[in-house]
Amino acid sequence: MSPRGPRYGSRTQRQLPNWFLGVTGVGSVVVGTAGALGLGGGPVACVVLALVIFVIGSSGIAIAVEGRRRGINRLATILVCTAFGIAMVPLVSVVYVVIKNGLARFDVQFFTYSLSGVIGAGGGAYHAIVGTVYITLLTAVISVPIGILCSIYLVEYGRGPLARAITFFVDVMTGIPSIVAGLFAFALFELVTQDPGYRSGLAGAVALSVLMIPVVVRSTEEVLRLVPAELREASYALGTRKWKTIVRIVLPTAIGGIVTGVTISIARVTGETAPLLLTAGFSNATNTNLFDGRMANLPEYIYFQFTNPGVPVQAGVDRAWTAALVLIMIVMLLNLLARLVARIFRPKIS
Amino acid sequence: MFRHVNRKTLGRIVLPATLALSLGLTACGGAANEASSGGGSSSGGSSALSGSINGAGSSAQSAAMTAWIAGFQQANSGAQVNYDAVGSGAGVEQFTNKGVAFAGSDKYLTSDQLTAANAACAGGAALDIPTYVSPIAVAYNLKGVDDLQLSPTTLAGIFAGTITSWDDAAIKADNPKADLPSTKITPVHRSDKSGTTNNFTDYLNKTAPETWTSAATETWPINGGESAKGTSGVVAVLKGGDGTIGYADESQVSGLQTAKVKVGSSWNGPTADGAAKALTDSKAVSGRPDGDLVFDVNRTTTADGAYPVLLVSYEIFCTKYANADQAKLVKGLLTYIVSSEGQQAAAKAAGSAPLPSEIASKAKESVDKISTDS
Amino acid sequence: MTTISSPSARRGRRARQSGGDAVFAGVSLAAGIAILVVLAGVAVFLIVQSVPAFSAAKSDIPGAGSLLGYLAPLAFGTVLSAVLALLFAVPLAVAIALFITHYAPRRLAQALGYLVDLLAAVPSVVFGLWGIFWLAPKLVPLYLWLNDNLGFLPIFGSPSVTGRTILTASLVLAVMILPIVTAICREVFLQAPKLQEEAALALGATRWEMIRMAVLPFGRAGIVSGAMLGLGRALGETLAVALVLSVDPTLITANLIGTTNPSTIAANIALQFPESFGVSVNILILSGLLLFVITFVVNLAARTIVAKSAVKV
Repeated sequence: MSPRGPRYGSRTQRQLPNWFLGVTGVGSVVVGTAGALGLGGGPVACVVLALVIFVIGSSGIAIAVEGRRRGINRLATILVCTAFGIAMVPLVSVVYVVIKNGLARFDVQFFTYSLSGVIGAGGGAYHAIVGTVYITLLTAVISVPIGILCSIYLVEYGRGPLARAITFFVDVMTGIPSIVAGLFAFALFELVTQDPGYRSGLAGAVALSVLMIPVVVRSTEEVLRLVPAELREASYALGTRKWKTIVRIVLPTAIGGIVTGVTISIARVTGETAPLLLTAGFSNATNTNLFDGRMANLPEYIYFQFTNPGVPVQAGVDRAWTAALVLIMIVMLLNLLARLVARIFRPKIS
Repeated sequence: MFRHVNRKTLGRIVLPATLALSLGLTACGGAANEASSGGGSSSGGSSALSGSINGAGSSAQSAAMTAWIAGFQQANSGAQVNYDAVGSGAGVEQFTNKGVAFAGSDKYLTSDQLTAANAACAGGAALDIPTYVSPIAVAYNLKGVDDLQLSPTTLAGIFAGTITSWDDAAIKADNPKADLPSTKITPVHRSDKSGTTNNFTDYLNKTAPETWTSAATETWPINGGESAKGTSGVVAVLKGGDGTIGYADESQVSGLQTAKVKVGSSWNGPTADGAAKALTDSKAVSGRPDGDLVFDVNRTTTADGAYPVLLVSYEIFCTKYANADQAKLVKGLLTYIVSSEGQQAAAKAAGSAPLPSEIASKAKESVDKISTDS
Repeated sequence: MTTISSPSARRGRRARQSGGDAVFAGVSLAAGIAILVVLAGVAVFLIVQSVPAFSAAKSDIPGAGSLLGYLAPLAFGTVLSAVLALLFAVPLAVAIALFITHYAPRRLAQALGYLVDLLAAVPSVVFGLWGIFWLAPKLVPLYLWLNDNLGFLPIFGSPSVTGRTILTASLVLAVMILPIVTAICREVFLQAPKLQEEAALALGATRWEMIRMAVLPFGRAGIVSGAMLGLGRALGETLAVALVLSVDPTLITANLIGTTNPSTIAANIALQFPESFGVSVNILILSGLLLFVITFVVNLAARTIVAKSAVKV
């Protein structure tokens, strides 16, 4: 896989030892802390200053000792790792906050009770969990085939203005605000059913599909394009038909990336509140019929428990955090399931 | 180069996993606290109602509505009531378009809106009744100051941005005993359109018309100041910063100090009782259709113990429904809501003020106008 | 697409056509057209619903009194926050993707990739709350510092004491779009031809030179796609911005760290819609149409820029 360790570098060139980064690191922390405290900054200032000194200092030394090319390589390595570290701070803190607050109500009752008849503390999110799983799966059933087929069209068949138009409008579609998707789906179902009171998991899934399809297309298209043309040509050369080549060669080769894209797009829509509020409605009780009646779901559950918790306030807020934790776990499970599918279909290189 | 997909593996792992997932969700059939899915037939006596109705609207009364639905369904185990807290405007819109059987609104319908809504009522009329009364607290976060008192003019000055520090002479005059710091005042208002803002600005405009010149409005009318989404957002910002002051539903401000406002010559804090007294001292709006019961709150009341910063939220319904079962359910639910039992349940669950008894009995008369003949 | 010739360019001639092919091509074409139909549906819906807004009385238009005066600040805030978010997120996302694909040990890389994917699942309301409770207070000292030391720049004007500024909102948006952009960059970088990478290293290139010569040019289209997806999300994000931002919807200001900030179109819809009735709803939908147009224009611009610069490579 990726090359690791500074194995390149000839004997005639000077090379800094591995402990060099450790020394500059400790040095920067000392200087940075002293400097920040001297200027009257807080702990955050210390870290920032130390980091800046570390990046500039160690790459400066590396450029001076090892030469320009190797020095820049060091700088790039340090920058990539630092950027990664910086990005991890908010990401990890989000997860930490959700887990810390979510554990308060992570109990059996939460998974077996709905909110039907529950006032104040107690109760659970059974109805919302069921609703979210149903709506998400239906959304995936609608969006994934359309999305993948569309990207197949774009990559394998599409030429000319139609393909260009689709590519372009898919990008535009990613910018539809979620509430507009909800309003659209609401109006659509009002038109079709002639019933302005129509609410169902299906309507919710259609609203979410409007948001999900472009993400599936965009991510799938990217990985399909990267399948080497040689593979396709080898397949054609063996007399395999085009559609069979796509199904047997192109898709399996790209399956890892497709699954990532699908997972990301599922994750993208499971957290949406506004479109579901207008289309799936809300209920405190369980409904397992996707095609009729209001269907509760976790994003709305979280939203309402935060915004209208009633009394005592904390009971609602706790339920909301736990529901957020559960929602993330559901997406994680779907993610695992998708990866399992990918593993089965992935080509085995012998 | 490629081996065929191993379909046995597929069958062995994925199918059972999917089956297990879907079975796990449906096998138990329902939540442990819900009645068995036998429908209405299995439920109690002949008076119990069954079927389902939907409502939508005000999010302010959603906690109370949860309690009302729970209480109503306890007595009528075959009935299912859903309430989408989509907001008053959206609720009224859905009601007018026959999308829901009843709507909750923080503002009573204008005569134009009533006329439009009548079309949804199968030949009957659309009516408003008050169901949810809640004091709006002026909450603040200021270290070392516990018993803040604010006259309407001072309060208006703070929110209009003319009083900018906590040791301003006007605040000192209201609080001769308090030790006020020189902290900068950060007034916090709602960034979303809301009934709470409407009632609060109405209060400022009626009690301090010289300082607060904008009329009552659901959108914060002036520039400047911090804004936050929803009651929970305002409370979060208040808790987060020293020197902040804002307005929010009284039941949601636990952990914050609340200011007393000047009523007549006394200082009254936000209490359910005080809100009820202020409503009692208000006149029903005249010139409304028969059975329609709405109030313009008397913000300048001087009644003993009254607290005039309050929100009245209404239920909007039809006197006739195309479907008699719907009518029965709406009537049953609203009867429970305006009963003293229902009002107590809301007081417990949402911290609201129970309707004063004479208003409750008038509201009951309006509910009785619902025709349940098919 | 600089290293691989488009596969569609050489189809047909090599592959044998058959009934199966026709069906498959037809179905995938239908999927593509279905998307256009849906989008056209959304556009028609937006246009039909926003027509009444043009005949709205002055008193029905909040604030400015004219539609343009109402929409301009919202458009400004939308573009500003989304562009800032993109500026923060894309370099970080590329770095994370590089780290996962070319720097981190393989096992660690898989775990990290999984973690980042997971973060896409965090509901936006949670990001909003995280922004209010965790991020905003921590940024207040920074804002004070920026105002003290760089206050002569109009972008660092009078600072907010709660930290709920448009800069904070952009940072929250950046964190929200990070997983999407990262995931796409990562997939693309993983597909970079191993042979070219190894050839570069064999010729004595350092790891960074190899990335610059073999990985980044290859992944360029993918990075742009990822960025576009992220931009779409940032432009259209509703709840997180509505929660985090302290807004004054009539404001256009260069100050990124002030107490009052320009609102965004999507957040404004979320804030106003629930209590709106009649023509106010039409005005909000008109703003949704404007957002649609903005997304359209931004994408067009991005595509044009990419197409132009691609010729040079």
